Amino acid sequence: MHETTTLLVEVGALLLLLGLLGRLSRRFGVSPIPLYLLAGLAFGHGGLLPLNASEEFFAIGAEIGVILLLVMLGLEYSANELVGNLRSAAPAGLIDAVLNALPGFAFALLLGWGWVAAVVLAGVTWVSSSGVIAKVLGDLGRVGNRETPVILSVLVIEDLAMALYLPLVTALLAGVGFVKGGIALAVAVLSVVVVLTVAIRYGHLISAALSAKDPEALLLGVLGLTLLVAGVAAKLQVSAAVGAFLVGIALSGPVAHHATELLSPLRDLFAAVFFVFFGLVTDPLDMPPVLLPAFLLAVVTMGTKLATGYLAARRAGIAEPGRWRAGFALTPRGEFSIVIAGLAVAAAYPVEPRLAALATAYVLITVVTGPMLARLPDLPWFKRWLRRRAAARRPVPVGVAD
Amino acid sequence: MRVRVEQTALPGIGVRHDLMTESGRRLGVVSHRNGRRDLVLYDPDDPDSCQHDIPLTDDEAEALADILGASLMLGQLAGLRDQAAGLLTEQIAIPAGSRYVGRPLGDTKARTRTSASIVAVLRQGEVIVSPDPTFRFQAGDVVVVVGTRQGLDGVTAILAEADPDG
Repeated sequence: MHETTTLLVEVGALLLLLGLLGRLSRRFGVSPIPLYLLAGLAFGHGGLLPLNASEEFFAIGAEIGVILLLVMLGLEYSANELVGNLRSAAPAGLIDAVLNALPGFAFALLLGWGWVAAVVLAGVTWVSSSGVIAKVLGDLGRVGNRETPVILSVLVIEDLAMALYLPLVTALLAGVGFVKGGIALAVAVLSVVVVLTVAIRYGHLISAALSAKDPEALLLGVLGLTLLVAGVAAKLQVSAAVGAFLVGIALSGPVAHHATELLSPLRDLFAAVFFVFFGLVTDPLDMPPVLLPAFLLAVVTMGTKLATGYLAARRAGIAEPGRWRAGFALTPRGEFSIVIAGLAVAAAYPVEPRLAALATAYVLITVVTGPMLARLPDLPWFKRWLRRRAAARRPVPVGVAD
Repeated sequence: MRVRVEQTALPGIGVRHDLMTESGRRLGVVSHRNGRRDLVLYDPDDPDSCQHDIPLTDDEAEALADILGASLMLGQLAGLRDQAAGLLTEQIAIPAGSRYVGRPLGDTKARTRTSASIVAVLRQGEVIVSPDPTFRFQAGDVVVVVGTRQGLDGVTAILAEADPDG
């Protein structure tokens, strides 16, 4: 009985604090993710005020948070959009993967963390934050911009790539080796292809089974289906997150639209719990030694993301200023990087313990500076610099003396 | 349609349609998946960036479409004048004392008598396209007629016939 009351007090106080932090972040127009991570750091192991009674609650809540983040991500896309995008955006996706996954991979090897940690860190640096970027595009009024489809299609390819990457990492972290890892990957590829095919051909039937008219039944139905599929996927070593993502993709039309509205508040709650939990399990004392490496990694990989966006926009025939906007907009890393690092933290055979601290510091840096960098191309001096650059490139007409 | 409208999917958001005007400005409409739509105007110096982003409600979008559609209709009718040799377009106001005020279009037997066609009626700023024979005239209506010079004069004369009871 005593345990339960302590749990209520701890959870309540923390949620109240998160609410205030969320409000604060909105006041300054930044993402609340860094503040949630900091709150988690403050109340976790070795933090200012460790919470004990509620750790199990936060662990389960964090698990649900990841599943909800992914199912909502899947709900945003239709299967047709994903497949249609695949052909045109694959080259940009490949540039993205090479330029951004390799630095993380190489960095972990340089630090001598072993190749499993290298695969994890490659994922952390690879994936941009769809949530933060979508918000930045909206805030800056760039949804109608012609470089925006380029940014979005890079994000779509990343999300789809995660459906193959996460099961691989899950298998590697479970210590099952390359053969079983390969089997897990094959199962994942097969299930992604099956889900996409079923969703394109029979998506309306699945959606018809869950009526959009009754909100309560829809909420329970979609949530139940998502948790069930996520659980089954986890049993098959395919990662619960991927299962949830696929459920999101399979739903379409009014059902997807209403489910998005119904699940949003739940997602906000449990995603916040997830970020806090990640901070909770990270010891703040691990942070200072990794701050410099994290900073270096952030500088390098924000540079490579800038290059990715610039090149992808140039391929799409976007003019110079739009290429810079696309590049800077892609720099924030966020929820996905934490999801990947979270898998490593929860692994049966723990990999490098400093990985969580590095990932936290890395996401803190990029998620704070990224949205600020995204504003750079709108500043007058940046525009002047671009004009001077353009003028310098144009051949100067030879003056005719008279 | 002579103008090329580009349609671009915005994954996770919706669809964008945009076009380049003859004057060199790019404008477009972003249709969000949740039913919202924005009219966007691009920066002339930087054609990829939208300078203005104007959200429109359903009613506003409908009103704007009506205005643009109506002006287009009149423009096309005026264009007929140049395209078809010998065919003319004229807007003829129905005189207040006309016997056809309150009576259906079919009663004028305009086409059989003059070979000219009534292709549209302008009423209080609205365009009624291809009115059928049961369409009833009101005072103040302006009919748009296509035909030869003779035919147009014939229709003018028919519509000017005074109401025997008035």
